[in-house]
Amino acid sequence: MIQKENQTGTSVQGIQLDFISEDRLAEMTAMEKIRLILDEVRSSKILVLERGLTPAEEAKLIELTMVEITPNGFSGIEIESYPTKNNTSIFRKIFGKNTTRTRLTVIGPADKLKTIKKDRDMITAIVTEQ
Amino acid sequence: MPIKLVSWIKKLFKKKRMARIGIYGPPNAGKTTLANRIVRDWTGDAVGPVSHIPHETRRARRREGITIEANGTTVSLDIVDTPGLATKIDFHDFMAFGLEEEEAKRRAKEATEGVIEAVKWLEDLDGVILVMDATEDPFTQVNVIVIGNMEARHLPLLIAANKIDLPEASPTRIRSAFPQHTLVPLSALEGQNIETLYEEITNRFG
Repeated sequence: MIQKENQTGTSVQGIQLDFISEDRLAEMTAMEKIRLILDEVRSSKILVLERGLTPAEEAKLIELTMVEITPNGFSGIEIESYPTKNNTSIFRKIFGKNTTRTRLTVIGPADKLKTIKKDRDMITAIVTEQ
Repeated sequence: MPIKLVSWIKKLFKKKRMARIGIYGPPNAGKTTLANRIVRDWTGDAVGPVSHIPHETRRARRREGITIEANGTTVSLDIVDTPGLATKIDFHDFMAFGLEEEEAKRRAKEATEGVIEAVKWLEDLDGVILVMDATEDPFTQVNVIVIGNMEARHLPLLIAANKIDLPEASPTRIRSAFPQHTLVPLSALEGQNIETLYEEITNRFG
């Protein structure tokens, strides 16, 4: 639970959601992204990444999440993204560019964000105020 | 000429590394049951114990030189049974299975180390058998991450839709979720359709 003042100076309470643009993520290295995610999630925020992480970055995120888990403290993350898509453009293939296209991703603390249902194009989740 | 001879002798004695195939999946999907089934069928031995409590396998176990024969094709592989991949581990979940607090905390700590080990192994493999519980929703993040990593590295992947001996199993749901990959519906516990898995192993990893 986070308490902040809104633009009119009124105090509001709730769970903070940060929507991070593709452009902001594109400027960051893999480690910077992972550090940002873990820091934000550990301070009880929910992150929505416009364009998610690469499969290798997601694997690294799991690895570093495990390092930070403590009994009675941080129990991990809930992360949900749609399966990656392959870019089939001939231009990309010729120039050896990454042909995997990552998609929208939601990440939050495991004790607050719960996925209810997920399929190829729809993620249903609830946020609890624990 | 002498250089060619040296090169030929080196090739003759150089031990070719066998393909390493990792068995991956979420906790309790039946990875170790499947690894035991494969290794037992071809060597008579076993890989490790299984349990209904998640994260029973907390260390990766490699069995070298498993020779599988199907449809007249023979393939020799190293099989790596990996700990279940997860994004969260809470010791309270183990207490729900009757474990004492201290034991649950120890298991949770070892489970986190096991997940790290499983992630590290991804970099050292030549292919993956991804075990999914056919009674569960296939779109878990663990499945998405393993498939994404294999696709990004252009490595072969085989999906084992496990637990088809259970009435609620739906391998079709998995097939429609990941239609781009070869899928074998099977029961690692009962051995149902295991011959098809061996055929696909020789096709995909040979």
